[in-house]
Amino acid sequence: MAVDTSSQSVAKAAGDSARGRSRRPGKPEGKVRRSLSTHWYAWAMVAPVTIVIAVIIGYPLLRGIYLSLTDANERNVARSIGVNEIPATYEFVGLDNYKEALSGSQFFETLGWTLVWTVSCVAVTFVLGLALANMLNRRIAGRSFYRMFLILPWAVPGFVSVFAWRFLYNENNGLLNQMLGGVGIDAVPWLNDPTWAKFSVIAVNVWLGIPFMMVALLGGLQSIPGELYEAAEMDGAGPWQRFRNITMPGLRSVSTTVILLSTIWTFNMFPVIFLLTRGGPGEATQILVTQAYKFSFEISPRDFAQSSTWGVLILVLLMLFAAVYRRVLRKQGEVW
Amino acid sequence: MRRGIAATALVAALAVSATACGGDDGGDTGSKSSGELSGTVTWWDTSTVGSEDKVFKKIAEDFTKLHPKVKVKYVNVPFGEAQNKFKNAAQSGSGAPDVIRSEVAWTPEFADLGYLAPLEGTAALKEEDDFLKQAAASTKYDGKTYAVPQVIDSMGIFYNKKIFKEAGVEVPKTIDELKTVSAAIKDKTGKTGLYLRGDDAYWFLSFLYGEGGDLVDAKAKSVTIDSPAGTKAMTVVKDLVDSGAAKTDATDGWNNMQTAFKEGEVAMMINGPWAVADTYAGAQFTDKANLGIAPVPAGSAGQGAPQGGHNLAVYAGSKNLDASYAFVDYMTNADNQAKVAQELSLLPTRNSVYQQPGVASNEIVGFFRPVVDKAVERPWIPETGSLFAPLVTEYTKVLTGQTTPEKGVKATAEEYRKLLKDWK
Repeated sequence: MAVDTSSQSVAKAAGDSARGRSRRPGKPEGKVRRSLSTHWYAWAMVAPVTIVIAVIIGYPLLRGIYLSLTDANERNVARSIGVNEIPATYEFVGLDNYKEALSGSQFFETLGWTLVWTVSCVAVTFVLGLALANMLNRRIAGRSFYRMFLILPWAVPGFVSVFAWRFLYNENNGLLNQMLGGVGIDAVPWLNDPTWAKFSVIAVNVWLGIPFMMVALLGGLQSIPGELYEAAEMDGAGPWQRFRNITMPGLRSVSTTVILLSTIWTFNMFPVIFLLTRGGPGEATQILVTQAYKFSFEISPRDFAQSSTWGVLILVLLMLFAAVYRRVLRKQGEVW
Repeated sequence: MRRGIAATALVAALAVSATACGGDDGGDTGSKSSGELSGTVTWWDTSTVGSEDKVFKKIAEDFTKLHPKVKVKYVNVPFGEAQNKFKNAAQSGSGAPDVIRSEVAWTPEFADLGYLAPLEGTAALKEEDDFLKQAAASTKYDGKTYAVPQVIDSMGIFYNKKIFKEAGVEVPKTIDELKTVSAAIKDKTGKTGLYLRGDDAYWFLSFLYGEGGDLVDAKAKSVTIDSPAGTKAMTVVKDLVDSGAAKTDATDGWNNMQTAFKEGEVAMMINGPWAVADTYAGAQFTDKANLGIAPVPAGSAGQGAPQGGHNLAVYAGSKNLDASYAFVDYMTNADNQAKVAQELSLLPTRNSVYQQPGVASNEIVGFFRPVVDKAVERPWIPETGSLFAPLVTEYTKVLTGQTTPEKGVKATAEEYRKLLKDWK
């Protein structure tokens, strides 16, 4: 929720002036002037960030929300091409787009798969990342080499690794099927069968996501004091008990954060799906974000309104998720 | 106070950098001040990379020999992405080319959206009567001409003669024969009969026409994909894949098809002239005589292949209109069409070129010419370019068993009716 928090902090910083913008002459004006004269330097320092955020995030966001309330598409937006000046003819349609999206089956089917995709990716990534972090937290020979090696997927640009995977997955000439063929197993239609395609995209995303999880959790592990483990060992706690009662609570602050971040990232993980399957076969692996992209860039006439509608719905869903998540954590006594 | 100045300057600099956006440098404008053309013409070509593109690039760059002050910038955009890429660039007015190689179905759509410059009375349209009628049809929209036909094509069965001889089979003339031939090939050689392209609905058309169906009927203003013929055609392709007579992919279809055929993993594929040069580069076809081409297999209603091809159109927002018009004329003139026909076996769009010796003797051109004459034309309406996106989704769903043929064509028809308001 980068949008949310940053605009909040800006609002906080600009608190006085924001309230002082009212048209009434008198005291508030004086307040603004006084705060400006004492804190002008702070204002000057904050201004660039405020302007940049307003331009880069605020304007597109508001424009997107506005477009989702119209019937804008490629045929009716304004465009001027050389000799052809074409004025905009799209109209305000209120909440029609939302009604259409929420009454059809497409949105909910896509949402269902998006949730499956997000939950399974985050769960598997977290478990594997935790296991690896625990292994690398011991004193083993060549520990730094393993650490380097496991961070590799993170160091390679995402699209490069996804293309590499696409070659591996190729049904006829891919390395994976050739290896399977070597031991006498039939070729697997990695990207050509809806169920396998779902499995394949999750596998690639897990592979890409593990390094981040591992590094974050490793940092968390190293901040747990060693004395605790020693004391527990003296009291006769076994490895599993030590893990349950010291490691897990000690990691809580880190793991809640990485799970939140990773959920939001995975929910909107455009490149993996788009580059691996284009949402196919059919619409089997289409998540909300790639479907919104498809409305805006792939179908014709390109449907900007429907695309914006889906975009706004995605934003609302993630905001709800973040709010609920934080509330649950607060109940557990976490400070956010 | 100096710190204050620095801070203000920083704010100003950041504000400027945040609002500035990278415009493309249009270069010098091609005005005809001295009657001589000048400027840069950027051409987006969509031809097959690795074979066709070399020839087109060479011809395009030779334009400079005629007009020394004109620079030609050749860019090859993958065919599958070009339609959307051009629309994005054309609408925003930055990064669009001066000349685009526009597929026949895209042309009316681009014209309708106002992206193309009308060509009446410009240097681009010369000897209009020389063009084949069916090639010129797609360049006309709303009473004006928006493009010049560059190549015309249709589809046929490409087959590997060596494998056919090994299996002792003849070229299949109908879908049923196709299945028996494929079975025989699998028995005798262990190879798959046909590669069916499953990620591009254009490859579905010959099956649809073969059953007597069509996407839409523009005269009656009705959507016809969900007719019994449409369902039948979907059933046919699904059956080909399920019975093992054909193999298919949901992604990377073009590359997988060409690789499988060139390496001799499959004996047949359905394809058009644009694949010939690339196919000759394959290991199986170092001896060009090994490649056989025959008409597409007939369905229950007869034979039907789609008529396709490419036009060259000028972007209305081009800064070098005059140079672009001349370039379009140059690329589509008789000499260059003849050169392309001889080197790449692509079909010329000018009647006169077919009489030239090197063209008339080209086997592939000779084979496809009558096929093109019989090929099924699509309606050249702005929506024609939009008909494939909904169809390909359902087509892939049917092939991968996520939906039935009947539901697939119904869902496609639903999308079509949204697209074509007031059509039956």
